[in-house]
Amino acid sequence: MKFGVIVFPGSNCDHDCYHVVKHVFKQDAEFVWHKESRLASYDCLILPGGFSYGDYLRPGAIGKFSPIMKEVRRFASDGGLILGICNGFQVLLETDLLPGAMMRNRSLKFICKDLYLRLEEDDTPFTNRGRVGDMLKMPIAHFDGNYFVDDKTLQELEENHQILFRYCDHNGDVTTDANPNGAMRNIAGICNRERNIMGMMPHPERCSESILGNEDGRLIFESIIDAGVVLR
Amino acid sequence: MLARIYVTLKKGVLDPQGKAVQHSLESLGYDKVKDVRLGKYMEVKLDYSRAGESEPIVREMCEKLLANPVIEDYRFEITEE
Repeated sequence: MKFGVIVFPGSNCDHDCYHVVKHVFKQDAEFVWHKESRLASYDCLILPGGFSYGDYLRPGAIGKFSPIMKEVRRFASDGGLILGICNGFQVLLETDLLPGAMMRNRSLKFICKDLYLRLEEDDTPFTNRGRVGDMLKMPIAHFDGNYFVDDKTLQELEENHQILFRYCDHNGDVTTDANPNGAMRNIAGICNRERNIMGMMPHPERCSESILGNEDGRLIFESIIDAGVVLR
Repeated sequence: MLARIYVTLKKGVLDPQGKAVQHSLESLGYDKVKDVRLGKYMEVKLDYSRAGESEPIVREMCEKLLANPVIEDYRFEITEE
């Protein structure tokens, strides 16, 4: 499978993503500079974490207008797989490829810590290796992860099974106390209606190797690779 | 021309920063503070000779980039510099 990792000025998880797909999962991978106006042929694009354009104005707001985003939109409408992690998720929201917006964390603090996620849907190319109810431990590292969306769209997300991950406690219970940032309904990750685009605030690329002490992130990449194989 | 643009959170959108500022004012003894909402103020200088000409452009700027319509409202005034 061939992955493209989009690099914005200020991306800082791009090398982690590249390393995981290339060296841990032995897949083809290339960096794609945001100024490119043509996309080579890829099976999956990753929009990595970081602070594109310094998060100026709003996280992801300026990255939205990078030349490559036009191609990313085309890739999305052709059904290509897109994974947005943290700032990549924020860019997908600003680009309207996913619904909603990110607000400042409720605590007004940058939060960097491991926490638990409950897998809510296993019928997507990003989560097919898991089962609904699985608990995953992953790190978050963000200032703006307080997911907000209007009530009508929230209802649609629930009805169309687009909420893929929720923050939960160590027992797997989705509680207010387990919500790190104030996100509506503890939402940590969603997909679009067509299920080929996923955004998530936690960082699976930071927990996909035994040497890092946590391999729960592998589920995401293994699912994508499985899905990619099926597509072919 | 000078466009003064105000971007504010929509009604109903929780504003954690506004709440923190409100609590701070209350702890200073301002017990009549009912609510605080934080927003952004921007000044954009424009090379137009008439306000009417620049108005649709400024509106477009707000829609495209300066405000996020999911969570924010905007308003602006355009004056001579």
